[in-house]
Amino acid sequence: MVRDVSRDEAFYEFLLRMGDNTLILGHRVSEWCGHAPVLEEDIALANTALDMIGQTQMWLGLAAEVQGEGKTADDLAFLRDAWDFRNLLLVEMPNGDFGQTLMRQFLFDAWHVLQLRALTQSTDERVAAIAAKSVKEATYHLDRSAETVVALGDGSEESHARMQAALDYLYPYVGEMFLSDAVDTTLVEAGIAPDPASLRAEFDETLARVLGEATLTLPEARRARGGGRDGKMHTEHLGHLLTTMQWMQRAYPGATW
Amino acid sequence: MTDTQSNQPSLAQIWEWLDAVPDPEIPVISLVDLGIVRDVQWSDNGLIVTLTPTYSGCPATSIIRLDVETALAAHGIERVEIKTQIAPPWTTDWLSDKGRARLEEYGIAPPSPAGGPDHCPRCGSPDVTRVSQFGSTPCKAHWRCTACLEPFDYFKCI
Repeated sequence: MVRDVSRDEAFYEFLLRMGDNTLILGHRVSEWCGHAPVLEEDIALANTALDMIGQTQMWLGLAAEVQGEGKTADDLAFLRDAWDFRNLLLVEMPNGDFGQTLMRQFLFDAWHVLQLRALTQSTDERVAAIAAKSVKEATYHLDRSAETVVALGDGSEESHARMQAALDYLYPYVGEMFLSDAVDTTLVEAGIAPDPASLRAEFDETLARVLGEATLTLPEARRARGGGRDGKMHTEHLGHLLTTMQWMQRAYPGATW
Repeated sequence: MTDTQSNQPSLAQIWEWLDAVPDPEIPVISLVDLGIVRDVQWSDNGLIVTLTPTYSGCPATSIIRLDVETALAAHGIERVEIKTQIAPPWTTDWLSDKGRARLEEYGIAPPSPAGGPDHCPRCGSPDVTRVSQFGSTPCKAHWRCTACLEPFDYFKCI
């Protein structure tokens, strides 16, 4: 039996899902700062991370407002533990090599653009406004990540092999984007967010087109590994990421500057 | 210049003052040129200035708020409330013609709906090539002229 979720509770969960995706991926991508293969890519990754952190401030800012306990976006980002996060498992996956980072970005961007585009039609004006702001940035990210996946996939023997390995490694985490639960049911009924499954066909089209151009082969397995967006079972990688990201607030609670 | 009914400076005057506040990262254009000042209104509690961010994570946003407050304080307006508005989202269509011309003079190619600059802002050659979709700030991309060989910034069109 599906548990009934109140609209406020569902809305808060949804905002965490949106904000935690961009927060965790934004942090992951920022780990490249100063380490990318060339300066231009370093700057591109840092700018992408910055956009996602900016989007996080809007989503988690609204989440804190909806929660109504006087918290801020920063409180939600830095003072929750792993089991309170609602991001997709995909975005907490380690960076791996440059190719794996860009493949993860492409898989996320391809979904993110569709999700944000749908959210611009949300019955909640605040959600529609954040989505309209974010979708411009996400569209730009997708242009770049898709182009890089093609360049590396259809590149040298070495880059092709690495991109195929990255796709094989990350693809099992793609299915989670299209899973739904009681939270989604409530949101769809309220017209706040789209049914996740409704985005799958267009997502698959984007993947087929880009990966085809990149001469990469989509793995057979479509079984979804879930547990991130509902917080039931994150991977071990999330905790390690949080120890770095939240270190300052854990060592010096309430520190400001 | 003041309103007839009070000693408050007119809104036109305030827009003029704000047009003298440079963008902190591209100081040849003003905040008004950039199109991020969305509204200016007097209220019972002072002046309300509504700003919109260019990119959601742009780190200049907090400096911009401070610069607006500082500039208005210098003109004697002490009570300023700064509101942030994200809808409708900022677009490069809001760049003023004056701003576009100044960007070009400064060596930054202004945004083009074609997705890239059609000539080098330094030597005017149409032989330009993209180096990276991202540049020195969130709002710019990195291009290069294959005629004069100079790299240059291109203001991304969004």
